[in-house]
Amino acid sequence: MSSSESPAIEPTGVDAATVDRLVTEAERDFAAATTSEELKAARARHLGEKAPLVLANRAMGHVPAALKKEVGARLGAARARVGQAHAERLEAIAAEELGARLAGEWVDMTLPVDLVPTGAPHPITALMEQLGDVFIGMGWEIAEGPEVEADWVNFDALNISPHHPARATSDTLFADPVDHHLVLRTHTSPVQIRSLLTRPLPVYIVCPGKVYRADEFDATHVPVFHQIEGLVVDKGITLGHLKGTLDHLADVMFGGVRTRIRPSYFPFTEPSAEIDLECFVCHGASVGDPEHPCRTCSSEGWIEWGGCGVVNPRVLTACGVDPEIYSGFAFGMGVERTLMFRNGAQDMRDMVEGDVRFSRSLKGGAR
Amino acid sequence: MRAPVTWIRDHAALDEAMTGRQLADALIRAGLEVETVEQIGAEVSGPVVVGRVLSAVREPQKNGKTISWCRVDCGPAANAEAAQPAPEGEPASRGIVCGAPNVVEGALVVVALPGAVLPGGFAIAARKTYGHLSDGMICAEDELGIGEDHAGIIILPDTDAEGRPITPGQEALPLLEERDEVLDIAVTPDLGYCLSIRGLAREAAQACAVAFTDPVTRTTPPAHADGFPVRSETSGCPLFVAVTVEGLDPAAHSPEWMRRRLTMAGMRPISLAVDVTNYVMLEIGQPLHAYDGDRLTDGIVVRQAAAGERLVTLDGVDRALDEGDIVITDGSGVIGLAGVMGGEDTEITEATTRVVLEAAYFAPVPIARTSKRVKLSSEASKRFERGIDPGAAFAAAHRAADLLVEFGGGQVTGETVYGAVPVPPRQRVAADLPARILGHPIAPVEAERILRASGVDVALDGDDLVLDPPTWRPDLVDPYDYVEEVGRKTGFDVIAPVVPTAPAGRGLTPAQKARRALTVALPQAGFVEVIQFPFAAESELDRLGVTAEDDRRRLVRLANPLADTAPYLRTSLLPGLFAAVARNAARGQTDLALYERGLVFFGPAGVAPVPPVDRRPSEAEWEAINAALPEQPEHLACVVTGQWLPSGWAAPAQPAQWRHAVHFVETVAATLGVEVARLQDAQAPWHPGRCARFIVGETTIGHAGELHPSVCQAFDLPAGSAAAEIDVSALMAAVPGPGQLPTLSSYPILKQDVALVVSEKEPQAAVAAALREGAGDLLESLALFDVYRGSSIPEGSVSLAFALRFRAPDRTLTEAEATAARDAAVAEAARRCGAELRAV
Repeated sequence: MSSSESPAIEPTGVDAATVDRLVTEAERDFAAATTSEELKAARARHLGEKAPLVLANRAMGHVPAALKKEVGARLGAARARVGQAHAERLEAIAAEELGARLAGEWVDMTLPVDLVPTGAPHPITALMEQLGDVFIGMGWEIAEGPEVEADWVNFDALNISPHHPARATSDTLFADPVDHHLVLRTHTSPVQIRSLLTRPLPVYIVCPGKVYRADEFDATHVPVFHQIEGLVVDKGITLGHLKGTLDHLADVMFGGVRTRIRPSYFPFTEPSAEIDLECFVCHGASVGDPEHPCRTCSSEGWIEWGGCGVVNPRVLTACGVDPEIYSGFAFGMGVERTLMFRNGAQDMRDMVEGDVRFSRSLKGGAR
Repeated sequence: MRAPVTWIRDHAALDEAMTGRQLADALIRAGLEVETVEQIGAEVSGPVVVGRVLSAVREPQKNGKTISWCRVDCGPAANAEAAQPAPEGEPASRGIVCGAPNVVEGALVVVALPGAVLPGGFAIAARKTYGHLSDGMICAEDELGIGEDHAGIIILPDTDAEGRPITPGQEALPLLEERDEVLDIAVTPDLGYCLSIRGLAREAAQACAVAFTDPVTRTTPPAHADGFPVRSETSGCPLFVAVTVEGLDPAAHSPEWMRRRLTMAGMRPISLAVDVTNYVMLEIGQPLHAYDGDRLTDGIVVRQAAAGERLVTLDGVDRALDEGDIVITDGSGVIGLAGVMGGEDTEITEATTRVVLEAAYFAPVPIARTSKRVKLSSEASKRFERGIDPGAAFAAAHRAADLLVEFGGGQVTGETVYGAVPVPPRQRVAADLPARILGHPIAPVEAERILRASGVDVALDGDDLVLDPPTWRPDLVDPYDYVEEVGRKTGFDVIAPVVPTAPAGRGLTPAQKARRALTVALPQAGFVEVIQFPFAAESELDRLGVTAEDDRRRLVRLANPLADTAPYLRTSLLPGLFAAVARNAARGQTDLALYERGLVFFGPAGVAPVPPVDRRPSEAEWEAINAALPEQPEHLACVVTGQWLPSGWAAPAQPAQWRHAVHFVETVAATLGVEVARLQDAQAPWHPGRCARFIVGETTIGHAGELHPSVCQAFDLPAGSAAAEIDVSALMAAVPGPGQLPTLSSYPILKQDVALVVSEKEPQAAVAAALREGAGDLLESLALFDVYRGSSIPEGSVSLAFALRFRAPDRTLTEAEATAARDAAVAEAARRCGAELRAV
């Protein structure tokens, strides 16, 4: 379009009142627009090529030089006001329209969103990892060994004499024939022997793993279960170090509870002791208080947790470690048992029957 | 060991106020596992008095029972309060109905009067029964909570323990010594001497710092043979004491107090001679045997059994003997299995008047061996196995003889001591060893004091303690045994806990890290972990369709399996997982994705050597031990059945399929960062056309796919179930070292798609590999996005559509360059796989 076309308004006639009227009309039209289409049409009327203000601007060439400055400024300000009014209305309408669209896109955000089935580790696996982490945090390492084990490693090296009742076929599962001296390990202690034979001293290890006994299978016994054992052999190790370690483990796993050890007997430790855990539920408050019995500790105040002791020098000797220079301690506890009192498992059979409800119940961990 | 507290008090001067529970706590602290503290007779309250049965009329009842209607003199006070006074002219009494057969006229009995409350809250009141008003109850032992005996009512003797006459009306409970507490103690194998009141009293006295009175006061004299002739021909019996008592009254009974203590200790009173031997065994810890002296022929000879010999033991069982057994013999042959059980032929009877008491020392190992072999654990064998006190044998024999004489008449007519009391080994221990090992400051003098109190003879020699243990402590051998003794008596509770400082650790091994990553990744991928018993049956392999040559037939058999139906160790995790599916299905859970990680076992296993334990095994011995073990790789397996995802609001049900099993393996590989390739295969138990083999380099690490329909049928799985099993040990071995991060090219990407027609048996992996190879370095990625079968391509062929993305590291690629690379890729696919370009 050429500038020679006749303008709708004579530039010289672009007086202030006319301009104000045009601006007011534009503002009124924009405000009246309720959709982006209506606003678009209003924009064409007031800011489009045929819009009076636009045409007036285009006709500035015809304005006498003396008035140019004044008229130019007036038109510029007017166009800026109209442009501003349009932009504001545009933003408002866009926001309204977006709001309306999103409101229409409402979905029930409580719908289930299962993209994969609900998986879970076995609580025993999760608990063993957690127990292991306590010791990794102390700078210890995790040791492993075979489940079919030579009976020298499982028994003899641990000072369990050939006549010990635990070595009877009524207690221990043997590979056939018995005189080939292979057993299904009855504890994770053979891993201690392997560690002493193959690792450089000092040794600070834990060995979690599966163990086997020719035992009943009922609510409180399983013939295949899991243990975690710890072994330290270093210079100057004492029973006090064992107590410190057990207290730390109990604190991490159960939160602010103590352990107690009381004398007992195991062939592989001397002195030997039983480990009791202070009841982490009642902290002993239920003892002698029949009004408030504690199910976790049967109102005993303590829970039997495992066995421990100073490594018997005979064990060190069988592994070529000089008991005159080194001493050590060892401890062990059942993982199933720990799970039972820590997480309230009621029936041992649940741990081996593979019911998905059992594994899923701890929601991914043995917290 | 069940120990009445009153019996312990006989030998330990415990504080009067000390309760059984407090004593138990003191003993627990010293290492005795007190399992229960039982209250005896403590629950009886109200009037329980002595009564004399004046008359007892038997009255048969319609229900077949016979009751006795008794008039009982319960003493003037109780008689006066009788609900129904005695008939005119008869002495004052109460009428009581009694169901026991042993109630007789004249007997002194225990009567619970109305108002008494017996154990279990059983309140006594006058009540109508069997047509009479029963005005009290005549009690049996169990009704008073003082024993198990319910065969008859308690019949009291005429006089009490001090010889005073017992009269109707006096309180009965004190006569019964009714209040007692019994500690039930699980004695550890090292503390055999605590299988006696003597040992427990010594521990109790030491734990409570009070005086101990040893019931053993006589020392064993040198060998002599004034009594029954005895000889030992085996080192398993270094000492044998025989004491003869003659002129016994065969009808004599054990005193009530002895019967009561035996009952509380868990033994049944039988006859005077048997009760006395048991009583002394409980008191001193020396098992005794009583022979009928008149049934013994010639002298007693102790020896090893000869092959083929037999013995009928007291329990009536005819037993074959073994050369390892120690036997007691006389002129007639074998008369007893030493330390385990006597024989029938020389057993004392109701007519025995001449008793030969045996108090011998038998070595622990042969007794344990015999007891285990004949599956007979007796009170005697339990003690011999742990090691008894040979120093007490002579005293025990005489204590028993004295009791026989006291209560059965007769007299000691002879004693024989064969052999001598073995001298326990002397040990030399650094005086500071207890403190060093316990981590608690224990001065040498304190250690010395404790050991002396334990009966050890202590001498100080420089910095060492020279220690001679008492004969009752065979457990005190090594220096650390003395450390334990000092620790036990000091109390472990006083030792301060100290966390030891480990050297710098290396954290988890790569395999351990891999396992932990899998514990996170596989559940996130939708799988639930289960843990199964690792036992297997051959029939499971048959049902899997595993051939005779398959590695999975290399089973390791168990000598004593838990179940005869599963006598092997597993070579595959799958049957266990299938069983878990069945168990879940039975509980209504049919949509399952289960996995297990665990060892499998491949035979053959060898013979493991048993090196000595007084030194480290040699390298050769250690290698031989490890070589004897069967292969035990760690496997990882899954099974998916039913719906992978059930039908939902957003999508229809997705049936569990082979691709979920394959995805399981690929998740494992991706988690571990190992490049695993997949090949078409046919392997049991999978569908022959739907089985993938996974390889790392050249090594097969496992399979996945849809299960063979006959396998699904055999294991009761839904058709279409899928499974995977891999050797995760092999996979972990292939975990690469630290990876190399690339330099990322910021030049633009060029995309080209191709559709290739190939035979439908051509694995897409092969086509993809050919394309990748042919495209060269400019190919950044390649993805299959469509698989088409249909009328527009030849029958028996399939169209595979791939998206190729090209990028150069150093420049903007031209279309021409990308097209050239694509053409090269297609050409390679054509060459290797016979692929024809269908569309670009």
